[in-house]
Amino acid sequence: VTVRDALNQALDEELERDERVFLLGEEVAQYDGAYKISRGLWKKYGDNRIIDTPISEMGFTGIAVGAAMAGLRPICEFMTFNFSMQAIDQVINSASKTLYMSAGMVPVPIVFRGPNGASAGVGAQHSQCFAAWYGHCPGLKVVSPWSSEDAKGLLKASVRDDNPVVMLENELMYGVPFELSEEAQSKDFLVPIGKAKIERPGTHVTLVSHSRSVGHCLEAAAVLAKEGVECEVVNLRTIRPMDVESIEASVVKTNHLVTVEGGWPQFGVGAEICARIMEGPAFNYLDAPAVRLTGADVPMPYAKILEENCLPQVKDIIFAVKKTLNI
Amino acid sequence: MRKMLLAALSRVLQGPAAAARPGAVSEAARVVVATRNYADFASEATFDIKKCDVHRLEEGPPITAVLTREEGLHYYKTMQTIRRMELKSDQLYKQKIIRGFCHLYDGQEACCVGLEAAIKSTDHLITAYRAHGYAFTRGTSVREILAELTGRRGGCAKGKGGSMHMYAKNFYGGNGIVGAQVPLGAGIALACKFFGKDEICLTLYGDGAANQGQIFETYNMAALWKLPCIFICENNRYGMGTSVERAAASTDYYKRGDFIPGIRVDGMDILCVREATKFAAEHCRSGKGPILMELQTYRYHGHSMSDPGISYRTREEIQEVRSKSDPITLLKDRLVNNNLSNIEELKEIDVEVRKEIEEAAQFATTDPEPPLEELGNHIYKNEPPFEVRGPSQWIKYKSVG
Repeated sequence: VTVRDALNQALDEELERDERVFLLGEEVAQYDGAYKISRGLWKKYGDNRIIDTPISEMGFTGIAVGAAMAGLRPICEFMTFNFSMQAIDQVINSASKTLYMSAGMVPVPIVFRGPNGASAGVGAQHSQCFAAWYGHCPGLKVVSPWSSEDAKGLLKASVRDDNPVVMLENELMYGVPFELSEEAQSKDFLVPIGKAKIERPGTHVTLVSHSRSVGHCLEAAAVLAKEGVECEVVNLRTIRPMDVESIEASVVKTNHLVTVEGGWPQFGVGAEICARIMEGPAFNYLDAPAVRLTGADVPMPYAKILEENCLPQVKDIIFAVKKTLNI
Repeated sequence: MRKMLLAALSRVLQGPAAAARPGAVSEAARVVVATRNYADFASEATFDIKKCDVHRLEEGPPITAVLTREEGLHYYKTMQTIRRMELKSDQLYKQKIIRGFCHLYDGQEACCVGLEAAIKSTDHLITAYRAHGYAFTRGTSVREILAELTGRRGGCAKGKGGSMHMYAKNFYGGNGIVGAQVPLGAGIALACKFFGKDEICLTLYGDGAANQGQIFETYNMAALWKLPCIFICENNRYGMGTSVERAAASTDYYKRGDFIPGIRVDGMDILCVREATKFAAEHCRSGKGPILMELQTYRYHGHSMSDPGISYRTREEIQEVRSKSDPITLLKDRLVNNNLSNIEELKEIDVEVRKEIEEAAQFATTDPEPPLEELGNHIYKNEPPFEVRGPSQWIKYKSVG
């Protein structure tokens, strides 16, 4: 099942389960979704549940947040998270802070979802990763699926969560097929928010990643395995609240840490992981400084060769692991 | 106040002499007789109200309004309570017992009281940061409002929100970001339409906010989807220090919704506000979609407590509004001149109100601040308790929703 179909299933199941759930965004209804994530849903659920909006991010995001405050459970789609910048005030000031400011009186059960990060040749304004920006804010939950199981389970969990959740998908992952376990095919299958998953157990080094980079880590791990290096690949799944315990447990076992992400280096996900490791028990188990692999510290260029070199590639991960292990 | 004191003093001094005068009825007895004789008062009266300018409407709200004695006394007491509550807040702010931002509503009382008189408690309302009056009309007590301003645990948001973040049932604040509440209000209206219980949402913003882009995005979607939303522009002539002429290419705020019908209302006349709102509510409930009301009103205070409010307008202007258009005085004159009440009865209400405000202020200044444990709470709803980081890795707070 591709990530796209897994998301589609999750949307269908949650729309069916709770009539207060609805989807709004640009092209989500009659166009079947800009990336076809909501294919067939408008035909099935109609105008009241699947709403096409004009190109008015700040307006429709505010409308979605208001609807959540008044008892509905909206899923607000951003065609890409780059456009969420138009509406970011509504996400942060209206959605994430309101429960706190009202001392618990006004919950905001909303999901903001859409593709995040780099795509292929879409240029600087359409390639930014927002994991660090949204991950910074208390009151929000931020999830970042990699596989179809992640996508389905996290979307369902996000819709059922009574808090504002930002779900950072990845356009390049939409078409990638994955095995969906028997369990994952059930209508009540949820992936818990706030828990990381060990995609591949290992003993020599911990690779922590989220979203598309998880795949690159697994590829690097396969290559390194041939040379006798066993990598433990941790799929964060959730950016906020971050499952630091799982990372720490892994580092205690492997004594080496490499983080991999697509976003920019400064103040990023990797930076946060390193800071947290230093504060906890795992620090004393590190045999080498923790290493971060990130997007290059530049706006994303267009030319293929430049774009490729702006993101951590499999060869970069292998190089970093060997450097850390001093081999 | 001083006049009353002198009158009381003179009565005390005259005392025995006055009582001894044959045939004389003491002042006090006369008052008692007057207030006890309800049969003397009319039960209702009809008033002419200003005709509203309309935009894209065949007809506007009625030009007469019926006011019952009961309604009149209720509106008077409510407006007076808000007026005194705001003046008390001014006092507390100057004593540094209220901190941060404090945007006062005195002068605009006819708006919030008039709006509330025309809608049901099951309808919804959202406004910006000049929200103390609305917190009250939507059901929060003066006690809880003042205690929230002074940041105490008895505040309506446990002291965690402050002046700009007070909430109540069907009242969504209290919003600090100018204009952001407008899409939120349309979203609440979307939910009203969805649930089909005939509820509407009143979405308020000021003349300053009226130039925000997101409001125009909202007008478009509200009209497109026929949301039961009354957009209400409280035009008090100034956005902070900028007069409407300096901020807007068109100051006809009731027309700015373009394809949305609009009404311009005298916001200093509570009956005008009430009738216009009834008209607008009917429009929304009948499924015609959104409508816009511009309430022409005035704030006596500056934009906030840090603005004296006289660098961009003259004291003469403020004084003129106070003497010719004060909403409470306008209502008082109507009540007295039409035998719906009298000076003495209204004075009694004033005394009651003052007492309530004093007691509330007493509570607000003596209630303790929230416990430190409260710092971490209300991050997530319905979440098992977890830990929140403080200023260092060793300081942790427990968080419960």
